[in-house]
Amino acid sequence: MSEILLQIDGKEVKAKEGMTVLQAAQSAGVSIPTLCHHEKLEPFGGCRICIVEVEVRGWTRHVVSCVYPVAENLVVKTRSEKIDKIRKMILELLLAHAPDSPELKDLAQAYGADKDRFEKDASFCIHCALCVRYCAEVKKANAVGFVDRGIRKEISFIPEISSKECKSCMECFPLCPTSYLQAVFVLTEALASPSPSSDPEQKQESLPPTGSG
Amino acid sequence: MAQLNSPEELEKFRQEVVSRRDPNTPCISICAGAGCIASGASEVIATFKAEIEKEGLKTDVVDTKETGCPGFCERGPIVVIYPEEICYLQVTPEDVPEIISQTIKKKQVVDRLLYVDPTTGESATRESDIPFYSNQERNIIGNNIHIDPKRIDDYLALGGYSALVKVLSGMTAEEVVEEVKKSNIRGRGGGGFPAGRKWEGSRNAPDEPKYVIVNADEGDPGAFMDRALLEGNPHSVLEGLIIGGYAIGSHEGYIYVRQEYPLAVENVNIAIQQAEVYGFLGENILGSGFDFTITVHRGAGAFVCGESTALMTALEGRAGEPRPKYIRSNIKGLWEKPSVLNNVETWANVPLIINKGADWFTQFGTDGSKGTKIFSLVGKITNTGLVEVPMGITLKDIIYKIGGGIPEGKQFKAVQTGGPSGGCIPEELLDLEVGFDELTKAGSMMGSGGMIVMDEDTCMVDVARYFINFLTDESCGKCVPCREGLRQMLKILTNITEGKGKAGDIELLEELSEVTGEASLCALGTSAPNPFKSTVRYFRDEYEAHIKEKKCPALSCKELISYHIDPDKCSACMICLRKCPADAVDGAKKKIHIIDQEKCTKCATCFEVCPSRFSAVQKISGEPVPDPIPEDARTIAKKSKEK
Amino acid sequence: MDINRIDQIIDRYDSDASALIQVLLEIQSENHWLPREALERVSEKLEVPLSRINHIATFYKAFSLVPKGRHEVHICMGTACHVRGATRVLDTVEDLTGIKPGETDLDLKFSIETVNCLGCCALGPVMEIDGKTHGKMSPAETSDVLKSYE
Repeated sequence: MSEILLQIDGKEVKAKEGMTVLQAAQSAGVSIPTLCHHEKLEPFGGCRICIVEVEVRGWTRHVVSCVYPVAENLVVKTRSEKIDKIRKMILELLLAHAPDSPELKDLAQAYGADKDRFEKDASFCIHCALCVRYCAEVKKANAVGFVDRGIRKEISFIPEISSKECKSCMECFPLCPTSYLQAVFVLTEALASPSPSSDPEQKQESLPPTGSG
Repeated sequence: MAQLNSPEELEKFRQEVVSRRDPNTPCISICAGAGCIASGASEVIATFKAEIEKEGLKTDVVDTKETGCPGFCERGPIVVIYPEEICYLQVTPEDVPEIISQTIKKKQVVDRLLYVDPTTGESATRESDIPFYSNQERNIIGNNIHIDPKRIDDYLALGGYSALVKVLSGMTAEEVVEEVKKSNIRGRGGGGFPAGRKWEGSRNAPDEPKYVIVNADEGDPGAFMDRALLEGNPHSVLEGLIIGGYAIGSHEGYIYVRQEYPLAVENVNIAIQQAEVYGFLGENILGSGFDFTITVHRGAGAFVCGESTALMTALEGRAGEPRPKYIRSNIKGLWEKPSVLNNVETWANVPLIINKGADWFTQFGTDGSKGTKIFSLVGKITNTGLVEVPMGITLKDIIYKIGGGIPEGKQFKAVQTGGPSGGCIPEELLDLEVGFDELTKAGSMMGSGGMIVMDEDTCMVDVARYFINFLTDESCGKCVPCREGLRQMLKILTNITEGKGKAGDIELLEELSEVTGEASLCALGTSAPNPFKSTVRYFRDEYEAHIKEKKCPALSCKELISYHIDPDKCSACMICLRKCPADAVDGAKKKIHIIDQEKCTKCATCFEVCPSRFSAVQKISGEPVPDPIPEDARTIAKKSKEK
Repeated sequence: MDINRIDQIIDRYDSDASALIQVLLEIQSENHWLPREALERVSEKLEVPLSRINHIATFYKAFSLVPKGRHEVHICMGTACHVRGATRVLDTVEDLTGIKPGETDLDLKFSIETVNCLGCCALGPVMEIDGKTHGKMSPAETSDVLKSYE
């Protein structure tokens, strides 16, 4: 794999062919915010918050660094007025769904995002797809997937698979930035096999861990 | 039917086909496109066949042909009788016996079925004399009326597949790419990317196998050019595709056609079967050693699948979510292999470019936009239908010379082009010469060719809301700027049309437009703000009226209008009173009617049923409804009806 | 729907996973909806995870996971039809059938869907019932057409 020389925020960075700009930045200690990125998973390019400015052959454009491949003499800027504006709005749009998410709150502070800019929405899923992708790519169980499209899109467990696989696995739960995943799991379980027990303490034990890892 | 194994065999067969056809034998060509079928063409066709049989007329006396769409959809069902080219419009089954007895038997024209120019009063006998057609340059769609799409011989009789012969027997793949490059044809699907360059990229890509794909998803609402081409002349698309495959080194073609076009699906499948029988598809085509097959893949109802990467994802059997296009699809496309995806109309142009040469092609159009383009002219326009014009024609000529202007004496307001990715062009820009770059500069885009004309009764804020609503329904939902940005834009625009707009809304919409336009994953998202941006650019006053005055200047937004009966015009005829579904009209014979605003559901029934000689019902917006007149003033005495 | 029939359809496409959407379109067309058992069979034979099939069956508008009525009413809400008053046609259909787009009435007589362009823009507003296109619909005509269906 040949070596590629590029520039990130004025810094010379050595990268290998096939790396993404995000990987190159991370290797050089330059921090770019991410939400849907995970080293074990194929890049998704959904949250768009890792957006950066690249200049190649005189043309400047905005691209998402988790997907964009490094190229010789690429000039990358990870912060600018435009980039910050985009990141701020992405956060504000997501905070309308999950104002209490720790990841979102941290980033909101860094970019001055106002969690009350938009009216709150009932669903607190931010569609990072970490759960769906992890279950498909790493566990290969496909217990949870997406249904529908657009503003109606949501995650959905397959009860026949989740009732067999999930309790003993639960590896995706710490990935969820908003705990929506756990809520849907509990709901799915309850609908698929309503517990006959009326003892609240007995029910407590079977709840999965919340919060992100 | 034996397979044709060489160009010589094809030419011999073609001569036989042509020699069996006497151009002087009357041929009744009836449009069997989806539009005319919906207007009753099936019954017309059946009646012609029955009448001909009843009269005992054989096929050497008269023949019928069910053809592709010739484009004058407003006046269908359309019948053209050859060889005289007599064109009859809005033909009903009841007209058929007269046409047979007068035109076929006695060679006389049935005047009442001819086109009559509304301004001059002159009638046009021949199809080519009708101004709607004579002002067009119908290089591609002109063939539709001559072809029965279910009969490959019709296509051969017009010289079909001769471009393929020219390519396979006398041109290298590189030469074909060069000719397409020289023609400067830009993609007709919306992107406007130079097709030759796209082909060259794939030609040079070292990976295998390669694919050529026809994008027949045609998701833009209001656009139906591709439907007419695929239904009406499918072989022109097949021929273009096979040539494209040869040019880039691909042996597998795909046609992605939306399932909402069942007739197009049917006809293209029949065409492929017939092409296979004749040897234009399969192995060793015409003895050239070149193999090529085509698979038809139906869409399943998703606008986003018209986007090239989403289409390829759908071909792979997945949900049509677009992929980032940092590496172009002509290098890594379907199954990560080099793939040339082009629109139906682009492919249909290829045989022409090969046969007549790039130099012929470049004489049409402008420097930046060569050739002709088929537009679907729809909405508030007199002559609705498909028009093929050279690039560079002005919008004014399309709308007035060909389109016949706005019906019912209404005032033109805007023309929307480019579908949900495009924008609205106002009256002051009507002299704009149509072309890719010119439309983009005006804040719209060429798109696939939809041209929706709007008049004074169209609310431009509602137009923006309509498109954003469409896109929130069709967005795949993968990326935040599109899914969430459009969600918020829809809320704000809906509020504005319902009188709940507030200060700062336009600015917030503009900010959302900026982020969605810049950061979305695919072109659906990045172009989504265009309808809003163009309407606020040219019609900002309408937005402000909705927000500040709670007024809809076009008198269209239901929540912002009230209905009022003008007491000076009302003659108490009781029609609206009886028809009102909410019992909101109070009155009696000779007692002036009053609408109870509390009960009124704003369905507009009273507005529509009030006889035009009274025109007593008014729409009011942005101001309070006048108080009802006093009870004693409501009685109409006979004499006071004088005005 | 008969399992054998589903297998026949799948075999016609050589059990190729990339033909998933085409297989589902055929099942939908014959059966008028996609029962759970059909999806599970397709998942098994094409070796495609059920989660992907669920996504596809809900992503594309052509598919229905619930039974449809005898008559499928599609109202075009494309731009040309919208500008010519498609909303009023939709209102009339909703009033007459008592259901909204995406729904089926209790008698399983009508199912209503909005579609985004049937390509008959010159005839707007357009309504399609059981594949038959009705053009230039006014609220009154819409009412007459609907009443003609049993």
